[in-house]
Amino acid sequence: MIEVKDMTTGAAAAPDTAPPVLQVQGLTISVRAEGRERPLVSDLSFTLARGETIAIAGESGSGKSLTSLAIMGLLPPPALRVSEGRILLNDQDLTSLSESRMRTVRGNRIAMIFQEPMTSLNPVLTIGLQLAEAIRAHEPISKREARARALEALKAVRISEPERRMGQYPHELSGGMRQRVMIAMALALRPDVLIADEPTTALDVTVQREVLDLLRDLQREMGTAIILITHDMGVVSEMAERVIVMKQGRAVEQGPVRQIFEAPQESYTRDLLAAVPRMGDGSGAPARDGDAAPVASLRDVRVRFDIRGGILSQVTHRVHAVENVSLDIMAGETFSLVGESGCGKSTIAKALVGLVPHQGRIEVAGHVLGGMKSSDMKSLRRDVQIVFQDPMAALDPRMRVGELVGEPLLIHAIGTPEERRERVAGLFERVGLSRDQLDRYPHEFSGGQRQRICIARALALQPKLIVADESVSALDVSVQARVLDLLAALKREFGIAYLFISHDMAVVENISDRVAVMYMGQIVEMGTRAQIFGNPRHPYTKRLMAAVPVPDPTHRRPPVPRLAGEVPSPVYPVGEAPQRLPLRNLGDGHLVADAPEPM
Amino acid sequence: MLAYLTRRLIQSALILLGVSFITFFLLYVLPADPVRQIAGRSATAETVANIRHQLGLDQPFVVQYARYLGGLVQGDMGRSYLQKTEVATLIAARLPATLLLMLGAIVAELVIGLSLGVIAAIRRGGALDQSLMITSFVAVSAPQFVVGLLLLYVFAVKLSWFPIGGYGSFSHLVLPALTLGIMGSGWYSRMMRSSMIDVLRSDYIRTARAKGLKRMRVLALHAMPNAILPIIAMIGIDIGIFMSGIVVVESVFGWPGIGQLAWQAIQRVDIPIIMGVTLVSACAIVLGNLLADMITPFIDPRIKLR
Repeated sequence: MIEVKDMTTGAAAAPDTAPPVLQVQGLTISVRAEGRERPLVSDLSFTLARGETIAIAGESGSGKSLTSLAIMGLLPPPALRVSEGRILLNDQDLTSLSESRMRTVRGNRIAMIFQEPMTSLNPVLTIGLQLAEAIRAHEPISKREARARALEALKAVRISEPERRMGQYPHELSGGMRQRVMIAMALALRPDVLIADEPTTALDVTVQREVLDLLRDLQREMGTAIILITHDMGVVSEMAERVIVMKQGRAVEQGPVRQIFEAPQESYTRDLLAAVPRMGDGSGAPARDGDAAPVASLRDVRVRFDIRGGILSQVTHRVHAVENVSLDIMAGETFSLVGESGCGKSTIAKALVGLVPHQGRIEVAGHVLGGMKSSDMKSLRRDVQIVFQDPMAALDPRMRVGELVGEPLLIHAIGTPEERRERVAGLFERVGLSRDQLDRYPHEFSGGQRQRICIARALALQPKLIVADESVSALDVSVQARVLDLLAALKREFGIAYLFISHDMAVVENISDRVAVMYMGQIVEMGTRAQIFGNPRHPYTKRLMAAVPVPDPTHRRPPVPRLAGEVPSPVYPVGEAPQRLPLRNLGDGHLVADAPEPM
Repeated sequence: MLAYLTRRLIQSALILLGVSFITFFLLYVLPADPVRQIAGRSATAETVANIRHQLGLDQPFVVQYARYLGGLVQGDMGRSYLQKTEVATLIAARLPATLLLMLGAIVAELVIGLSLGVIAAIRRGGALDQSLMITSFVAVSAPQFVVGLLLLYVFAVKLSWFPIGGYGSFSHLVLPALTLGIMGSGWYSRMMRSSMIDVLRSDYIRTARAKGLKRMRVLALHAMPNAILPIIAMIGIDIGIFMSGIVVVESVFGWPGIGQLAWQAIQRVDIPIIMGVTLVSACAIVLGNLLADMITPFIDPRIKLR
């Protein structure tokens, strides 16, 4: 990586000889609660050279985001403050600056981009205004000049139709475009340091790829130093020259990226790296035999949502969320649906448990969905359970977790109260929690534990199929690895089938027996894990896989064909429908759609 | 936009129809007899029957209602039983005063409520915040006739800053508008405070600060428009609350609006006036809500009316 940089950025020579642009010395951030001060970040020190990229990696609660806010002088007072240490920007101590002096540094010498592009821009102001005001906050230029500069900045981030974007509002832009706007805003004044706090975590993998490429290109042009805050070791290895691994407010290990990945010194770093799901070629444990009976089978399933307009609010357009999807999930297998946001994968999950109306035929565990009596619906729900992405949102905060897990039993009138409690206790132990915790409330558990509670609740009725909709996506990698292990063990033990929905190709590769890739509501490729990952045939599948950041600093990524323009919209006027993509069988159940012309 | 407006107006007409039916029905089943009010206590049974026949009150409910509705469609709101004048004329003479009073009250409650809410949110947790919130609590809880009399005593009687009552100039408007608006300003200061606190915590405010914008700009341009959004819808509902308030406030300040008219009519069971005032009020509420909904897209570009 470093060699590559040296060739392209003459100014930003070897990081160790260039003068540091930012020095963090003994930084300690404390929170004051109940009259006591408690450190959240302790004694953190690092230096950042001009044009260098340093990654701060760690799991939630490691203090990496607090560190970035401290550098920006944006720690929320009065609870949080820098209690010790110095932050030197070109030999000026930022911790001792007054708010008004700090304001002149913010956005000007140090800029920041945030994780959530959807919420980081003001929804009621135009893109052009938000860009121009960032420039005018630091340079005494006219509004007209500022707008011209803003347009230039938009062009620099390679956004499509920059002139039109100036007058648009954030909600009219996709997540990737918004993150480009954030980058344009941050880099418009050519800051010395750019702090990127999980800049691509909320983005689809192909968009992530483009944004990372963009950041790297702009860094080369401008010589900006980047502090990259991320939990994704793949992103770390692709972007950073040096890495700081943080855990519970302390730097556990610090060093060049290759050293961290190839010869980690600390056991925490090793564990963290070991937990990172890696994408391979689909080899490994063979997929299950084909003789099992399907627990769920979908035939030509369509889900469309009406968009109404006009005086009589008649249907004018439809969102074609799912189009002609046919698939079978066999007993005891893990079937994964992958695709980017809006591809219809979650809609299939909802249709499968009867939460959205559908056309076509869905048969689950012997029940045909649609037009069912509520009693039939109830018995269907004994056989299919769902585990959602956000465990906190899926657990009623006012109920004890024992009640939450036992509720399905209560609804289906199974057992006496004592029997139910005993069974819930058994489930708790099975998912790795203790029976002493039954009477606690959800907020007393960590994210991983909460997801275990959700899994226990899904297991309570001994279903034949569990739909896991991004169930591990919000978890830290080490927690994620343990939850995935639990899911695999439960599958072996109870013979449960999973419909596993994820955007994370590496996780899918690790857990699946069979995989279907979705794009714009249709399946473009389906097959066993070995077929999909070892021999991807559809260009979209290939692009998805190529876009995944690889947690290996020596990895050379093959050039990825660029997506022409934005992802097309699945909204059609009434009477029109997307073209149906027929699937061809390449043998052994490897189905692939014909590629449309330029994908 | 036009389609939306048309649909909303049709809905509004249906709402008004429902209101007219319910009010008419309630007045019909009411034990108070308007004929007795007109005829007086000493009238003979024959006179009473005569008047009842003249007013059509001896007809079955359906016929009475259909007749009233028929008149209404042609713009005829009927005649007052006692004042022998067209209801429409009576209301038209008094409506401007009431609308002025409501406008004054809306301005008062928004100016007071929003600014106090913003100040409290910025000073969150401090002494100023706490005293403002206690004040707003008192403002919400205080009965309007008490507030009105208190304001009259202090500002009209003791300080002589404003006239004691009457109608005609801006200074006549101040105290009644304050009285009517003070409850709303209490509400709004609390709503604005919590809305503002939410907005100040949001990501785009962090972005605005990270850009190095001045504090005032962050507050005024980035925070306030977003914080006001949930409150706009409330203004429409407010008009409904005002309608009950004007009856009291107009009596306390001798303000010649439809509140006074309604109060007199209720005492005398003057059904056409009660119906007229109720329908005009319902109209104001429906239109107020429509207006509030129409304003929202100008502040929030995400909202499209269709």
